[in-house]
Amino acid sequence: MAGKKLRIGWFSFTCCEDSTIVWVEMMNENYFKWKDLLDIRHARVLRKINDMAELDVAFVEGAITTESDAKKLIEIRNNSKVLVAIGSCACVAMPAGQRNTFDQETKKEIDFLVKRFRQTDKVRSLKEIVKVDDQVEGCPMDEAAFLRTLDKYLKQFGVVDA
Amino acid sequence: MHKDDDEEIITLENISKIEGHGSLDIRIKDKKVKEVTLKITESKRFYTQAIRGKMALSLPVQTSRICGTCSIAHFTACSEAVENAIKYAISDQTMLLRKLAVYSMFIRDHALHLYLFSLPDYMGKDSVLDFDESQNDLIRKAFAIKAAGNNMSKVIAGRAVHMTYAEVGRFSKVPDAAEIRKTIDELKSVRDYVIDFTEIFYASDFKLERDTDFVSLVTSDYSFVDPGRIRDTRGADIDENRYKDFLDKVVIPYSEATGYSFEGREFMVGALARMNLNKENLHRDTRRDMAKYIAAFPSKNIYRNNLAQSIELLHSIDHSIEILESNAFAPETVPAPVVKEGNGVGVIEAPRGTLYYMVSIDKTGKVQYGSIIVPTQQNQICMERTVRDTVEQNIGKDKHAIEHEIEKMIRAYDPCMSCASHFLRINWHGI
Repeated sequence: MAGKKLRIGWFSFTCCEDSTIVWVEMMNENYFKWKDLLDIRHARVLRKINDMAELDVAFVEGAITTESDAKKLIEIRNNSKVLVAIGSCACVAMPAGQRNTFDQETKKEIDFLVKRFRQTDKVRSLKEIVKVDDQVEGCPMDEAAFLRTLDKYLKQFGVVDA
Repeated sequence: MHKDDDEEIITLENISKIEGHGSLDIRIKDKKVKEVTLKITESKRFYTQAIRGKMALSLPVQTSRICGTCSIAHFTACSEAVENAIKYAISDQTMLLRKLAVYSMFIRDHALHLYLFSLPDYMGKDSVLDFDESQNDLIRKAFAIKAAGNNMSKVIAGRAVHMTYAEVGRFSKVPDAAEIRKTIDELKSVRDYVIDFTEIFYASDFKLERDTDFVSLVTSDYSFVDPGRIRDTRGADIDENRYKDFLDKVVIPYSEATGYSFEGREFMVGALARMNLNKENLHRDTRRDMAKYIAAFPSKNIYRNNLAQSIELLHSIDHSIEILESNAFAPETVPAPVVKEGNGVGVIEAPRGTLYYMVSIDKTGKVQYGSIIVPTQQNQICMERTVRDTVEQNIGKDKHAIEHEIEKMIRAYDPCMSCASHFLRINWHGI
């Protein structure tokens, strides 16, 4: 297993990107260790040239607000063996989906903007569109829970000893 | 990229190494730029509507979710607005803790932008992930600086993203002596690293000058948390409460974020504006050790925003060390905030520029109306026009070279699309 790395992607949809920031802050302590264990194939926050083909694990943050984002999510799902929802917006569509809870009058007030930017009637969590294998909850995601999840897949994909 | 008659169309999608999502359409004809449209494509989350009817005392917890990386700024400005609305005066200790929380964010957030987003541009690489082993020392130092800010946030505010110790009117926990000592030692340990990095940004020949108006809050200690004055480089000097008389909303139909003009003109906010208007208020230790770099300001070179951030990073460290070394922090009993009817304004400088909050509270303590204006909205018009300058400066080069120059320039603005929608997909039309 020497030299084998976990092929991962880090994706972000509608949210405040708090978990992306937490992930990047976790690199303060983990960067060199992760460089040996992870092949970061796709991470717009860190690089321009990205590739999502044949990922072992896709970590996906944010809620889905448009059909084009739903299509991108399906594409990510089709390219990854495991998909992990990261943070509250991805897991339960909140708080990014707070407009789902608006009364009829407020929904009417924002309707022209929802239509202008081709947002869907309802803001959706990831599991409402694709199969989600795992999730790391929190707003932002809980660091310890993320490390446990990452460790689980490092073992499952044979990158480190189980 | 495709040709439409003799028109060239360029589309740049999903600008990388920025916070959030944006795209750009560029139309070129006869080697002249015909049209540039910068679209913030981060989906709107309708916070203006969502905060109505919410309890004012919990409002900062909700609005800090507008942005992950500058959540401490949103929490702080929102708290200030609520406190002004209910006429609640915070204690001196709360003010110091608030300044420390904001400084910890400036250290972490400026380090993120400078070292992970912008540094690869200066090193001729796509990503910090592509740095070779000879650059490991540079990476170690970058992460050490970022960690110093992140760890300081944890000590002062509970955590760096969506802080847990802060409330309207007070902090629920104060740091103990051991935590303070450790924080001071860590800040001191990275101070020289910051100076080393500053030389890289200073020595760069990246240049794109724009004759725009620079706007910033001005306070006497460069913390921007105390009440201050809003000033611009043309001589405006405005009370914080009167900001709405000077900022005008500009609807940009193709962007999910509203733009703003200042007295009817384009303007720029952020570190470059702050350095152009405030540099005499930097900490004395920063002024002593950064004199060569500070002398580069005032500047109209947009890329000097990175140098300005690097200087501010050291100021944030120096002023934090002074506050932590010269004050004793102890749990204190402060009066509980009592909600009442009123309007309040909160203005601070977030890492990317001036952040305005206005809240109107009814007699039951609920928010009737709230208005939030974030830095990237204010920079949107100036940023779009600077993209046009960049394309014109590079016309004739191949598409990839132009795209790289555009992204590099936009990164220098350090936009935050999550905030603005409350970065970049380029659609080229004609090259």
